[in-house]
Amino acid sequence: MGRYVIRRLLQMIPVFFGTTLLIFLMVNVMGDPIAGLCGDRQCDPATAAQLRSEFGLDKPVWQQYLTYMGNLFTGDFGTAFNGQKVTELMATAFPITIRLTIVAIVFEVVIGISLGVVTGLRRGRPVDTTVLILTLVVIAVPTFVTGLLLQLLLGVKWGIIKPSVSSDPTIDELLVPGLVLASVSLAYVTRLTRTSIAENARADYVRTAIAKGLPRRRVVVRHLLRNSLIPVVTFIGTDVGALMGGAIVTERIFNIHGVGYQLYQGILRQNSQTVVGFVTILVLVFLAANLIVDLLYAVLDPRIRYA
Amino acid sequence: MRGATQARWAACAVAVALAATACGGGGDDSGGSGADGIVSSSWGDPQNPLEPANTNEVQGGKVLDMVFRGLIRYDPKTGEAQNMLAESIDSDDAQNFTVKIKDGWTFSNGEKVTAKSFVDAWNYGAALKNNQKNAYFFQYIDGYDKVHPESGSASAETLSGLKVVDDLTFTAKLSQKFSLWPDTLGYAAFAPLPKAFYDDHDAWLSKPIGNGPYTVQSYAKGSSMNLRRWDDYPGDDKAKNGGVDLKVFTDNNTAYTSLTSGNLDLVDDVPASQLRNVEQDLGDRYINTPAGIIQTLAFPFYDKKWDTDDARKVRQGLSMAINRPQITDQIFQKTRTPATDWTSPVLGEDGGFKKGLCGKECTYNKAEAKKLIDEGGGIPGGQLKISYNADTGSHKEWVDAVCNSINNVMGNNQACVGGAIGTFADFRSQVSTQKLTGPWRAGWQMDYPLIQNFLQPLYYANASSNDGKWTNKDFDGLVDKANAETDKAKAITTFQDAEKVLVEQMPAIPLWYQNGSAGYSDRIENVELNPFSVPVYTEITVK
Repeated sequence: MGRYVIRRLLQMIPVFFGTTLLIFLMVNVMGDPIAGLCGDRQCDPATAAQLRSEFGLDKPVWQQYLTYMGNLFTGDFGTAFNGQKVTELMATAFPITIRLTIVAIVFEVVIGISLGVVTGLRRGRPVDTTVLILTLVVIAVPTFVTGLLLQLLLGVKWGIIKPSVSSDPTIDELLVPGLVLASVSLAYVTRLTRTSIAENARADYVRTAIAKGLPRRRVVVRHLLRNSLIPVVTFIGTDVGALMGGAIVTERIFNIHGVGYQLYQGILRQNSQTVVGFVTILVLVFLAANLIVDLLYAVLDPRIRYA
Repeated sequence: MRGATQARWAACAVAVALAATACGGGGDDSGGSGADGIVSSSWGDPQNPLEPANTNEVQGGKVLDMVFRGLIRYDPKTGEAQNMLAESIDSDDAQNFTVKIKDGWTFSNGEKVTAKSFVDAWNYGAALKNNQKNAYFFQYIDGYDKVHPESGSASAETLSGLKVVDDLTFTAKLSQKFSLWPDTLGYAAFAPLPKAFYDDHDAWLSKPIGNGPYTVQSYAKGSSMNLRRWDDYPGDDKAKNGGVDLKVFTDNNTAYTSLTSGNLDLVDDVPASQLRNVEQDLGDRYINTPAGIIQTLAFPFYDKKWDTDDARKVRQGLSMAINRPQITDQIFQKTRTPATDWTSPVLGEDGGFKKGLCGKECTYNKAEAKKLIDEGGGIPGGQLKISYNADTGSHKEWVDAVCNSINNVMGNNQACVGGAIGTFADFRSQVSTQKLTGPWRAGWQMDYPLIQNFLQPLYYANASSNDGKWTNKDFDGLVDKANAETDKAKAITTFQDAEKVLVEQMPAIPLWYQNGSAGYSDRIENVELNPFSVPVYTEITVK
């Protein structure tokens, strides 16, 4: 187990450098960011040159990348164009997005898995068909449509929620955005759980458990569900990273100033410091989530061993 | 039946979730009413640090206008330059100015506003080492080339043209004659700065201190700023409300939705997609008034193809091939006005705006347009590619419409196409490094309501925003003459003479004047936009 973790951690290093380098190159390919700073007029050449050297943009890209990575290990993520430290931006953006992600994951786990279990146990019945159609609709409708629709109905027409959240939103303000963010993944979780449950429902160990006379509840939760959760956990694990980075649409609709907002702003202004900094953290989150998922397998299914 | 129980439980969870949100929503009280009422208003994240000489876009400028007052202030209704802190700005020769400041003005931290507050602030703004993006506003002052050389390092710390005479007087020597110079001093870059700005710059940036009608109560960068009325403000334009809460919106659609649901009082940019419903949603609480913004198509004169006498005819022909009224009506829902000169209606007749100055060259005329373009040998390169940035401002729609109009005239579906460029920064960098070989969308938002500001920075040889590198001796001569003119009315007519050169040469095709659009809730009254399309916050009253 210990050796497995160490090996996995070592594997993360090339992945980490590779992804950050890719992002760095991509942002740099987009051209000269200083040109956009002066609006619809040209920056005066002297100021532009000085800004370029201040942000290190006058050096070759490989040198910029090395300096950037060097600074990164001392905890210096650079400065955004509006003069704020990127770490400062992160300190405000990440807590908000983490809150939003937790809300979304809770929705996925609670609603997704319950619906999956219910439908998996009653395959072909009306409940199953209804939920299947519903998940199909949710998957087919883009997030921004669901988001705008809920915002219009709940926020403007019925006045149940505020259409935009406050600058430091509480959990209850994030419930509707969280539901919107979770919606598509929630539908997948439902479907994954349903299939997995339906498959395992006829497995030998379930029959044995029933034959032993265990209560149905114990059979379903301890035996059937536990074994059926492996694909679901894998999906939810990778989804953590996807939700944090992919919240751009939801965050825009509900005016949430989280990671998605900062990334959007960073890309629009071609601020490589912001974009690379945030993506670096997201890459780490993604890698960590994947490791945790892999380790969880053993908890769910003791037959899985790590060499 | 256990499955059913679980389903019920799940349904309950959703119900609880929604109920909990309900508890959270709607509990927003924006603090009081009447004279102490607080106005909540939409805002965009300022692109640069909030310093007077470093802010060059509307969102940051909005705050500076609330927190600062300079020597001159532009009348919010007419745009006319009026003395604010200035007692007088005199000159005999349009080059050496004496500025006297009114007594009794202080910053909100109690520090007195003196001649030194201005001179130090201007020196700070001009100095190369401070990276101020508006530094070029000080370029007319003598010694600018020393503190801010085009390349290399500065050879002086301060502008030699500025001298403090006594507490309330200073002199400014310009490097050239410029009679309208005092009228430019209302721009935010010329604001005075308190000692606190230099003593603890970071602290000042996180909570700016100025001398305007509002003080900054709190500022959460990137999300909100709360401004409160400064009760000891000595000016005569005291705020008529308790304060303004600016809230950053990433998407102006969300801001608009918040307005219609009663969670926001003021939106100063109605999104294009809502223009169809706005009258129905807001009725007379929708404002659509001219702003000092003109949109044009600029051409690359650094490319030899465009810098010929034949190409001049082609440009005139293209201008006549664009059906401006149709595009402003159908695509912009009348939030733009077809342009008939190169300035803006906000200048007024006295300020130099002349309706129809461009004449038939800016009027849609299919036959004449085709004739001129053919006479000029057709579109250089065979195809017109109009470049624009695709990330903001929904430029694609109107560029396509303009092309459509031109293609109609030419009887060729491929005569004109749009050329999208991903981001604004990339677009600007291609424009400023002379990479484009066809026309591009150009927009100009005035810095101050002066005809000079619409002509000189854009069309004078090597001027700061002359991106197409157009040069014309006649035009330059007339601008120089106008600047040297000590009589204001004469200066303006001379500028209009220079503008007539633009009709003949068509260095840029004027398209339309942009309006400012805003909407407000029924909680507030007396909302107006100034010529810069920024709400006049001090005049807003809360019911």
